[in-house]
Amino acid sequence: MTANFRLPVGGRVNRDEALRFSLDGRPMLGYRGDTLASALLANGVHQVATSIKYGRPRGIMAAGVEDASALVQIEEPFPEPMMSATTVELYDGLIARGLPGQGRLADRPDPARYDAKHVHCDVVVVGAGPAGLVAALTSARSGARVVLVDDQNQAGGALLGSDEYFDDLGSPAAWVHEVLAELRATPGVLVLERTTAFGAYDDGFLLALQRRTDHLGAAAPKDVARQRIWRIRAKQTVIATGAHERPVVFADNDRPGIMLAGAARTYLHRYGVLPGRRIVVFTTNDSAYTAAIELAETGVDVPMLLDARAVPPEGLVAECAARGIEVRAGHAVTGTEGREHITDVHIAPLAGTGHPDTIMCDTLLVSGGWNPVVHLFSQLRGALRYAPELGAFVPGEELPDVQVVGSAAGALDLASCVRQGGEAGRAASEAAGFTRPAPVPLPTSDARVAEAAAMVLWQVPEGAEPTADTRFVDLQRDATVSDVLRATGAGLRSLEHIKRYTTIGTAHDQGKTSGMIAAGIVAEALGVKIAEQRPTTFRPPYTSVPFAALAGRDRGELHDPVRITAMHSWHVAQGALFEDVGQWKRPWYYPRPGEDMADAVLRECRAARESVALMDGSTLGKIDVQGQDSGEFLDMLYTNMMSNLKVGRIRYGVMCGVDGMVIDDGTVIRLAEDRFLVTTTTGNAAKILEWMEEWLQTEWPHLRVFLTSVTEHWATVPLVGPRSRDVLASLAPELDVSNEAFGFMSWRDTVLDVTGGVAARVCRISFSGELAYEINVNAWHGRALWEALMAAGEPYGITPYGTETMHVLRAEKGYPIIGQDTDGTVTPQDLGMSWAVSKKKPDFIGKRSFARSENNRPDRKQLVGLLPANPATVLPEGAQIIESAHLPEPPVRMLGHVTSSYASAALDRGFALAVVRSGRDRIGETLYVPVADDVVPVTVTDSVLFDKEGTRRDG
Amino acid sequence: MQLISCPWCGPREEVEFHYGGQAHVAYPDDPAALSDEDWARFVFFRDNPSGPFAERWSHAAGCRRWFNAIRDTRSHELLDVYRMDEAQPARTGTS
Repeated sequence: MTANFRLPVGGRVNRDEALRFSLDGRPMLGYRGDTLASALLANGVHQVATSIKYGRPRGIMAAGVEDASALVQIEEPFPEPMMSATTVELYDGLIARGLPGQGRLADRPDPARYDAKHVHCDVVVVGAGPAGLVAALTSARSGARVVLVDDQNQAGGALLGSDEYFDDLGSPAAWVHEVLAELRATPGVLVLERTTAFGAYDDGFLLALQRRTDHLGAAAPKDVARQRIWRIRAKQTVIATGAHERPVVFADNDRPGIMLAGAARTYLHRYGVLPGRRIVVFTTNDSAYTAAIELAETGVDVPMLLDARAVPPEGLVAECAARGIEVRAGHAVTGTEGREHITDVHIAPLAGTGHPDTIMCDTLLVSGGWNPVVHLFSQLRGALRYAPELGAFVPGEELPDVQVVGSAAGALDLASCVRQGGEAGRAASEAAGFTRPAPVPLPTSDARVAEAAAMVLWQVPEGAEPTADTRFVDLQRDATVSDVLRATGAGLRSLEHIKRYTTIGTAHDQGKTSGMIAAGIVAEALGVKIAEQRPTTFRPPYTSVPFAALAGRDRGELHDPVRITAMHSWHVAQGALFEDVGQWKRPWYYPRPGEDMADAVLRECRAARESVALMDGSTLGKIDVQGQDSGEFLDMLYTNMMSNLKVGRIRYGVMCGVDGMVIDDGTVIRLAEDRFLVTTTTGNAAKILEWMEEWLQTEWPHLRVFLTSVTEHWATVPLVGPRSRDVLASLAPELDVSNEAFGFMSWRDTVLDVTGGVAARVCRISFSGELAYEINVNAWHGRALWEALMAAGEPYGITPYGTETMHVLRAEKGYPIIGQDTDGTVTPQDLGMSWAVSKKKPDFIGKRSFARSENNRPDRKQLVGLLPANPATVLPEGAQIIESAHLPEPPVRMLGHVTSSYASAALDRGFALAVVRSGRDRIGETLYVPVADDVVPVTVTDSVLFDKEGTRRDG
Repeated sequence: MQLISCPWCGPREEVEFHYGGQAHVAYPDDPAALSDEDWARFVFFRDNPSGPFAERWSHAAGCRRWFNAIRDTRSHELLDVYRMDEAQPARTGTS
């Protein structure tokens, strides 16, 4: 039922391996080595999809990544949207559907694995065409470590789409094979096939996507990463990415069966596939003559070649004549006919003599010249230069450690390509420190060389402006010449603006065939020179890259490192819910059966206030400060005095930035004359260590102080509540736990009766206002300590609590959490912590700022407590505070906002902390908090709402 | 991804480093002696040249050492790196 357009012999497909596939439900056969596009053409199928805006039939126009129209959705073996039929390697069982410009993501998780690999090399060569191969081999022979990256399944580049012969060497395939064999046998050389270099960045950094098993379809081994991102760092970069053929715009230039001439050669020679049986060629340059001649030689009917140039190349015209191809010079295609496939071509002379005509055909090949693939060079911010002889942009400056060679630099003949490749390979390896390599013999070929200069023609001129324009510039976006003219007519001049206005070049193909033409039409319309226009910026990626590949293994559990404490497994076993604090997993609360969060937190709070409770505080940042100037150093960092702290004692400290705003708080323990241990909030540990190092290294390098993070060395358990002393006493036989012997804000080292004796440091500090001990042991013993405390506390109903209860307990006492109750604009004075700011010290970080007038304004926001009129109300954190009982018309004057808000077991009501303008002067006032459609009255109170006198801390 | 040459470790990828703002802005000897305006200049004001700029960087995910660098703010090229105890290399137009 399907026509067979496959030649009986030829091509690089494996005819012994037939592959079943389907497009839009139509089953077909292809061969191993085909792309989906070549297999479709072999079955006589040109139309792949319909267009996004106008629903016009669209077919295969190219043979590579530049194709703008043949988009498919792959349905099986796994759904994948927006794939270009010209780049999908065929595999057995492939089920595809043509796409009108929009795909559909898979509705199930992708079972494939993706990964990333780093590689460092002396020279990276992008593109394994003739120029790239010679460059890579030349560098490799010098001893340089070379990475050769090529996006095809086999090396050769443009040679894959040609039947030329190399003098002395025979077929180019044999030469390519020989070069690759030597590269592969050279130690330190890595050849990456099916790998697209999609991004070039600073200092020789290149990202490439390798499709490792895509071509195997459902047969892909599950244990091999499907795709891999290569992160290549090279001393030297050689860009040999070739050129893309460019079409010419004319009316109805989008019908299936209209194809780039070079693409037809690729289908013919690489896949053994004919694009049609009666082929008309339309060109502005010599290269398409070869396509016409070669196709005619296969026996296909090539009635006519239209050359837009008034004077065609004599030799090529003679070759055409010998094969029955009529060459009409100075002619162009003015339109086409056909429904789902082209049937006729309308032609007309561009100027002078001749008359319009209509030619029957099933294929129209077009060549408007070649665009060097300058994407990577341009991504590196290399300036581009307009080359009028090509009608395209080429690299216009030298970039350090980067060379662009071959067609990518505008050289369109083999001799120039291989010569440039050899020179670049030599220069790159020498720049990377290697000696002059043995030269690689350069192949010469029998390919036809260009005789005459190309003509630059963006579009076939049209007499009158058509009403429904079918002169498509960007086939994927359905954008026409009229759209471009509408943009210039609206006053747009910059290509960047016109690109956005018309969307030309914004589809999956990123304007590989349309961008240059759009620039040309714009220049014509504005009457300016293209050379004076700045081309649109090329940005990574060069081709689409799946997010799955970019994510690699960094998904799910591996997305971000997870830090857990020594007691984590116990919390998990007890059914704790966890909260992420930075990378730490912290128990949030421990619900019992039937409890919701509110119930659990109230129960945990009651246990801490009425008997005994414990939490895992191991995540607290801990920094060991050593050296004889430690006291002096800490005096500068903290607002209060630390150098006079006695060994054995503990002090709470606040740290500010130079602007006087609080950045962190914690306790400082003096371990010895020259040694302190300071704690930071969990989320700030790394930042504070870096802050301390900054001052030490940049401002006071003369201070003899050494800082070490010891956060993970210690397991830390706050043991809290009136019965905490009893529990500790039962585990610490050698420790006098009485208030007289072991007072508040002091620490003791002891040995706990845990698994045969565990050394512990016990600190009498409290973040809840209750009698409390913070027990620190080597992290190794953390879980044993925890279990021992649970056992020892059993008679008192010891209760584990999480971060939520910790927050409630501290908020009842008005203890702020830095970063929750503060936001970088809050001073210690705003928090009511003037007591923690030394008056004696001549200076410390932030001190001078406290004296600034801004920091002394009476209307600064200050930390206060709020009690909602209805005790059952728990205000939402972040809610704004206003002065009036009714929400006024905007703008509404905000007095501050709620920073912490909870239901309190101890207070038997909801309460909040808030920062409020002139808050301390407003104590006793009623303010209002808009919540949804309601305005909640609240009473301003002191920030300490529970046990103001501090009677509970000593038990 | 740029490479930054840590004076202690050699070239490393930029993600290992933290930026520390303008270099050679000394903490005042006696902050209390400064006017509000002079103090505010020290706290809040930094140069923003187009061209070479002396900056502090920290090799945060490496050796944790702070060092100075001269970066061309137009190209991001690091023209020099030098240790905290080394003098700023002479360079015209450097702030």
